[in-house]
Order: sequence, then structure tokens, then C-alpha cells
Amino acid sequence: MNSPVIYINNVSKKYKNTDFFSIDQLTLEIPQGEIYGLLGPNGAGKTTLISMLCGLLKPTSGQLEINGMIFKKDAKKIKQAIGVVPQEYALYPTLTAYENLMYFGAMYGLSSDNLKINIAESLTYLGLEKFAHKKINTFSGGMKRRVNLIAGILHNPSILFLDEPTVGVDVQSKNVIIEHLKMLNTNGTTIIYTSHHLTEAQKFCTQVAIIDQGVIISTGAPETLIENTADARNLEEVFIKLTGSALRDYA
Amino acid sequence: MRKLLSSTYKEMLLLSRDMGGLVILFVMPLVLIITITLIQDGSFKTINNTKVPILFVDHDKGNISEKIFDNLKKSDAFEIVTQQDNVIITEESAKASVLKGNYQLAVVIPMDLSADLQKKVNQNVSKILSDFGVEEDTIVSDEFIQTKEINLYFDPAVQKSFKNAVINNIDKMISKIESKSIYEAFQEELSDDTSDDNPLLEESNFVSFKEINPKEGTIEIIPNSTQHNVPAWTLFAIFFIVIPLSINIVKEKNQGTFVRLRTNPVSYLTVLGGKTMTYLLVCLLQFLLMLAVGVYVLPSLGLPALQVGSNFVTLFIVAFFSGLAAIGFGILLGTLSNTPEQSAPFGATSVVILAAIGGVWVPVFLMPKFMQLVSNISPMNWGLSAFYDVFLRQGGLKDVLPEIGLLLLFFVITVSISVIYDQKKRAV
Repeated sequence: MNSPVIYINNVSKKYKNTDFFSIDQLTLEIPQGEIYGLLGPNGAGKTTLISMLCGLLKPTSGQLEINGMIFKKDAKKIKQAIGVVPQEYALYPTLTAYENLMYFGAMYGLSSDNLKINIAESLTYLGLEKFAHKKINTFSGGMKRRVNLIAGILHNPSILFLDEPTVGVDVQSKNVIIEHLKMLNTNGTTIIYTSHHLTEAQKFCTQVAIIDQGVIISTGAPETLIENTADARNLEEVFIKLTGSALRDYA
Repeated sequence: MRKLLSSTYKEMLLLSRDMGGLVILFVMPLVLIITITLIQDGSFKTINNTKVPILFVDHDKGNISEKIFDNLKKSDAFEIVTQQDNVIITEESAKASVLKGNYQLAVVIPMDLSADLQKKVNQNVSKILSDFGVEEDTIVSDEFIQTKEINLYFDPAVQKSFKNAVINNIDKMISKIESKSIYEAFQEELSDDTSDDNPLLEESNFVSFKEINPKEGTIEIIPNSTQHNVPAWTLFAIFFIVIPLSINIVKEKNQGTFVRLRTNPVSYLTVLGGKTMTYLLVCLLQFLLMLAVGVYVLPSLGLPALQVGSNFVTLFIVAFFSGLAAIGFGILLGTLSNTPEQSAPFGATSVVILAAIGGVWVPVFLMPKFMQLVSNISPMNWGLSAFYDVFLRQGGLKDVLPEIGLLLLFFVITVSISVIYDQKKRAV
């Protein structure tokens, strides 16, 4: 197995004014080169975990290591090494796709020439080259998701975090996004990915961790989990068996 | 540096595509400055032949009321109304009209004003002459003469400044009439020739007033509504950027782009730097536009031209630091607010309050002592004081250094609080 690029060591997270832990003494290692799925019902703690890994939230206790570095000492280096594709469209609606990408690429310190090449290649690969100079607020949901993805990978990150990258998109856009992510992984990018689409996760992920109520229920390759779970024919049935079928509504 | 320039370019693109924001930033201040200067250009100055109609009720029917009537008419500020629907106005009907707001003022001259004033003057003159042992034909009368009151009815909605101006004018008029009566009474008693051709005493004032204005070289700088209003409303416009800037920051936080920036190796200070540079450019453009309006547009509306003289560089520097202070406030407000519904009304209200306590509407020296103390904390007060030092007191850069220092300090403090607050809220 490859060495871990992410090491989550006994991490807990308790938000202010709550009396429960969103993440409760979680320990996890994510090896380099994997497509690692973080799966769980609503309120399981997936987004909280990803937010801590991206540097958006501080753990209440425990330690996080990204490529052997910790945020307290090497925040800038970590942020240079990771890419983030948030669930919401993190784009300026009144700017064009090209303008958004030039800006976010510049924030990663990319030189103008490299940036232009990266943008052109990415837009072409994801079928958006004709729309480069159209404003984001004229794009469909699928198109926005694709630009959202490009903005997170322009700097060729070694680790890529994606929070529900295919939610609300058409099948064609979803396929293009997944194929592009597979290509990135082939080129060496470790991908950490959350999703409610378990069928997609089963096909896409090399490893998964199922989280519920802030703790890890199970980890392993999707096929292994299916084999090891009685009467489960797919990852969705494994998930239901492990987390139950009760509704998870939180306010 | 490249990240800062990219941030600045991004902000300029965003602003250039926000039509509502551009109107607030550029069109509104121009309309404001023209409107306010037109309105404030002299309380009683007639513009386009507009006169204030006032009701005049004459119970006296004597030469005094006639003189008051003539003087009010000559002032060109009033249209005197003595009848309504061909009926002579009474005091009761005048009072009712004014209290309803149909007229701003009613002047009621009491009965026997002329006769009683003459009696009183004669009485006083005779007594003085008698004390000096000067023989006279008339007998000094001991009759008690009741003082007279001219009743003024004002519309309750009328501003105090208008009231004071009217009262002072009428008072001055009456004093002049009384003085003339006294002179005439003395002349009658002491001189054989009582014709107007050879007055005993000169009527013209011995003491007159001359306003000495500062000069630039040999050119006199005359304070006028333009010199007062252009700096005040320019400052108001500069501080209005608090609203679009704070909304810009809140939107950035709420639309997800801020999440991306926070996971990006760019500091919050660089992000703010881009906003600062863009909005500083906006402030300076506003300043230049306002100057242009003052110099070229206001004269075409019959208003005095703004006199910039050789102080352009100092004025520009004051505008620069005023802009920084406004930007700092906008950044702080945007950082602390969670929604545009919080930042926009709070921003608008606080700018209005800062303008009020800063002396934009009412000069600071006219405020109660406590408010004068409070005004010292308004960055608009510092900016306005610096502008007035240059525009009205012919001050130079040295004279405005204290105000510039305060404006810069305000910017540094507000941005520091914003950065620290952001760090504490989101620190890893």
C-alpha cells in the first residue's frame, strides 16, 4: 500500500453551542494515489471532515497531516498542494468562465502563460471551449459544475477534495466529470470525494470510508465491503445495512 | 504583487458589470450635489423668480405698516398676500392658513402701531429736551403707552433658520424705522426747517460692515454655497462606497467564492488589497467628477463656481485618505455582517449618522457641546475639516496633516480588526 498522504489522528470536532461531537475521535489514513470516497447519511460529518482537511475548520482535538505537514506550521504549502471543489458553485456569476479561471489560477501563483494553456486544455477536455467568454450566470448547472472543477485543478494539485461534485448535473456532464477525475488520478492526483450517489461511488472509488454520527463504521474497497456484508448486492445495500434506513433530519 | 493586481482587476470587472452599484457610486452623488447646492444657495435668494408667499394683515393702516410692507416687497424674497378670494385677510384666517401649511408665514401689524410709536417717540424726545431745559411748544405727556407686538405666525414645519432670518430682518427694519422717527422728532423740535431737503441728522449708518475674505494672491476667495457644499457632499459620496463594498464582501462570503479563496494560498489581506485599490480608484473618480461639477456645471445653473485655485494636489491627497477611511469602514462592515440585509441598511444609516455628526448638514460649532465632542470621532468630520482648511481657509498640506493622519489611522485600525476577526473566526 502507498504511504498515506492524509493522516487523521484521533480528530474530534465539536461546534460552538452544541453538546455533541460532529466528528468523534476519528482516525483514518488515506494512501497516496487512491480515489477515496467518504460516504455517509446526512449529518454524518463528511463535510465537517473535508472542511477540516481543507483548512476551513479547526479540529477541537487531534491532529491532521497533509503530505506530512500540519496547518499550524505549513498552511500556505498545504493550500498550494491541495485543490478544492466545493459543493456550491464557487464562481463569480457576472464574470466569464475564462475570467474566473484566470483569477483563481493567479491566486495559486500560476504564471500567465502556463495558466492560459491549462485553462484552454481543461475547457476543451470538458467541452466548454466555445463558452469560455460567456458569463457564468448564463451557464447550465452541468456547465457550472465543470468550471467549478477546473477552478480547483488548474494548479495540478497532488490532492483533490471534492464535495458532491456531480450533484444536480445531467448524465452527460456527470460522465465527463468522472472521466476527467479518473484521468487526473491516473496522472497521480489523490482524490477525496464525498457523495450521496452510491452507485457512482461504487464505480468511481478505489477505497471508501462509511461515516455515521462522526465515527467511521467501515472502510475498504467497494467490492470488499459488498462481499463482506451479508445480503448486500451493491454499495447502497451495504450502506443501508450499516447505517440503517431511518431518516436523518437535522436543524 | 501579481496576486494583488489580479485581485484588483477582478474587482474592477465585477464593479463594471454592476449597473446598480455604478449608479449609486457615480450618478447619485452628482444629483445630490447639484440639488443640495441649488436648495442651499441663500435662504431668501430668488431663483427663477420663485418668491415665498406670505400673508400680511394690516390693522395699523399707518405709515409704519406701509414702510414694513414696502420693505418686505423690496426684499424680492416675498410675495405679499393681503387678500384671499377678494376678501381682506383677517388675523384669524391668516393664522388658520399658516397652521394648515398653506403659507409659511403671516405678519400681523397691530392697531395704532404708527400712532403709538409716534406718541412714544415724541414723549421720549420731549422728555430729553425738557431735561436739558430746551423750551418746546408741546407739553410733555405722561400718558402710558403700551408696547406693541408684531405677531408672526410660522408654519410649524418651517425650519428655524428661516424663522430666525425673517425675525432678524423684520427687527432690523423696525429698528431703522424707529431710529428715523426719533431723528425726525428731534428735527421737528429743534429745527425750523422740517423739510426732508435739509435733514438735521444724517440717516445713513455711521458704522458699516465689511467682510474680509482670504485671498489667493490678489484674488479674493469668497465663501459661497458651492465652496461649502462641494467638499461636504463629495465626502458624503466617498463614504457611500461603504454600502456596495460591504455588500461585495458579504456576497463573496455567501456565494462560495470565499470558500475557494480560503483554501487557496492567498491571504485575506491580498483579497482586501484588491478591493481597496478598486474602491480607492472609485473614490478618486468621484472626487474628480464632483470637482468638475463644481467648476463647470454649477455655474451653468446660475450658481457660484467652485474655486480650486492652486490647491488641487492637496485636495487630491485629502480625497485619497478620506477614501481609505471609507474603504476601511466598508471592509469592517462587510467582514462583520453575514447578509446583505445586515450590511446595507447598517451601512446607509451609519454613513448618514457620521455625516450628521461630522458637520455635513449642521456646522459643528452650532451643535450642543456634547455633540461637538462626539463629532471628533467622525472620520467625515476630519475629512470635511481638511477640505475646508484647503477650500475656505487657504491651508496647505502641513495644515491638513493631522486630519490625514487620523484618516489613515482609521483605515489601519478598521482593516486590522477585519483581518484579526476573520482569522479568529476561521483559524486553523
